[in-house]
Amino acid sequence: MDDFLLRALAGGIGIAVLAGPLGSFVVWRRMAYFGDTLAHSALLGVTLGFLLGVNPTVGVMVVCVALALLLVGLQERRSLAADTLLGILSHSSLSLGLVALAFLETLRVDLMAYLFGDILSVTPADLAWIYGGGAVAMVGLGLLWRRLLAVTVDEELARVEGLPVRSLRLAFMLLIALVIAIAMKIVGMLLITSLLIIPAATARRFSRTPEQMAALAAGVGAVAVSGGLTGSLLWDLPAGPSVVVAAAALFLLSALAPQRG
Amino acid sequence: MSTVSLAPSPLLTAAEPLLSVRGLSVRRSGRIVLDRVDVDVWPGEIVTLIGPNGAGKTTLVRAVLGLVSGESGSIVRRAGLRVGYMPQKLSLDATLPLTVRRFLSLWRPVPRARIDVALEEAGVAHTAESPVQSVSGGEMQRVLLARALLGNPDLLVLDEPDQGVDVQGQAELFTRIDTLRRSRGCGVLLVSHDLHTVMARTDRVLCLNRHVCCAGSPEDVRRHPEYHALFGRHAADLAVYVHHHNHTHTGDGRIVPAADEDPAAGDTVAAARGDRCRHG
Repeated sequence: MDDFLLRALAGGIGIAVLAGPLGSFVVWRRMAYFGDTLAHSALLGVTLGFLLGVNPTVGVMVVCVALALLLVGLQERRSLAADTLLGILSHSSLSLGLVALAFLETLRVDLMAYLFGDILSVTPADLAWIYGGGAVAMVGLGLLWRRLLAVTVDEELARVEGLPVRSLRLAFMLLIALVIAIAMKIVGMLLITSLLIIPAATARRFSRTPEQMAALAAGVGAVAVSGGLTGSLLWDLPAGPSVVVAAAALFLLSALAPQRG
Repeated sequence: MSTVSLAPSPLLTAAEPLLSVRGLSVRRSGRIVLDRVDVDVWPGEIVTLIGPNGAGKTTLVRAVLGLVSGESGSIVRRAGLRVGYMPQKLSLDATLPLTVRRFLSLWRPVPRARIDVALEEAGVAHTAESPVQSVSGGEMQRVLLARALLGNPDLLVLDEPDQGVDVQGQAELFTRIDTLRRSRGCGVLLVSHDLHTVMARTDRVLCLNRHVCCAGSPEDVRRHPEYHALFGRHAADLAVYVHHHNHTHTGDGRIVPAADEDPAAGDTVAAARGDRCRHG
């Protein structure tokens, strides 16, 4: 197998393993649209990264975190419904990113790669980001797992029992921001959410515990990445979208199976 | 079979209230929802909040739990107070695979045997391996109560524990709560819609309509003109509720003859149960 293909596989599976457990929480906490909104702001982060001369991945992380904090602040004021807020921020940050990019006349950026991913051009440096950042995210999620679960089951009950609900919510959003920043290379900002939620939704029917669902989602994601890459190789399909199509196909298949509990 | 350890907390012996609320006012979106409310809860007593919809009952409970903050006034909890909270219902999503057993040791690991005993005591042992989302309303209340009790609370706070449960289920729930406060000596603060069931087992009633309309023993409150103004004709047909059983239902629906469920013998029942509970 060629080197670029091995790197693509390694990067894609790394992201899938990370997205499984985190995506399960996104599904349980009904935050799919929230993840989508953060992902849409990624392009702004890339542009800022270029402008300030820092690594685009760092730029994406900074913008995602800033947006997450802004969202939390706005949601607590409750002047608008959550989905309205998300819609406003999602599309304005995407457009802002596109406009800012247009100002950078000297820069030739492959916009399609940022929007839909460019998994076949994963570099060793990208892999270092994926596995380094992924390890940090996994350890963080592992440490917070039980507490996050308690907050997800019932926020008020968790607060009464003395859990720092606000900090936990914030920590979870930071984890999502981190994953979006490092996953963008693989499936692109417009498709990241699908890698978070489709494998988790697929795993639901076969799981009896939260941990089973997280592990199974990681596995489903890895299969989807492998399948999508194979399709891309055989029929010259765009790699990022075919990964998502593979995940969606697995989801449809799973819907035929009986639910376990 | 062993039972849950019920060593009385030192908090429950001292001669001061577990919880003392003084002059609490809460404002939401500019509107006063609670106006200078006073309430104390002492060890071993049941205090019931009643009042029309929008009277601020739930807000008061949430303030006591620290979920909303007041504009003025004070809420003093005794140092080290352990609070057990039984919410109306859980807000978890159907996609979260969670058994009742796991729900009882969600983030603080609890030994398996203790969970079994807690569920057994609550009469819902058969639900242990079921998904939380599939449990019926009445069973869920017992599960929530079992969970609140696993933390060995000094103060039990229940928000409308009678919602969505039939009369029989309500009577059983209140019998349990009554027994618990006697055997453990914990204080109970509860919000209720159901005047009938609640009055019979309550020590003090707080009739709330943003401010405290009247407070006192169920008999005192029942005679109070403000109470009649609030509840109108419902107040008139309010008698102390007595529910006669000739049988009772186990969790899985089997019928068993009543041995100790007669509320007329409430005190002896409670004492007997208390004894049973205290053994290691």
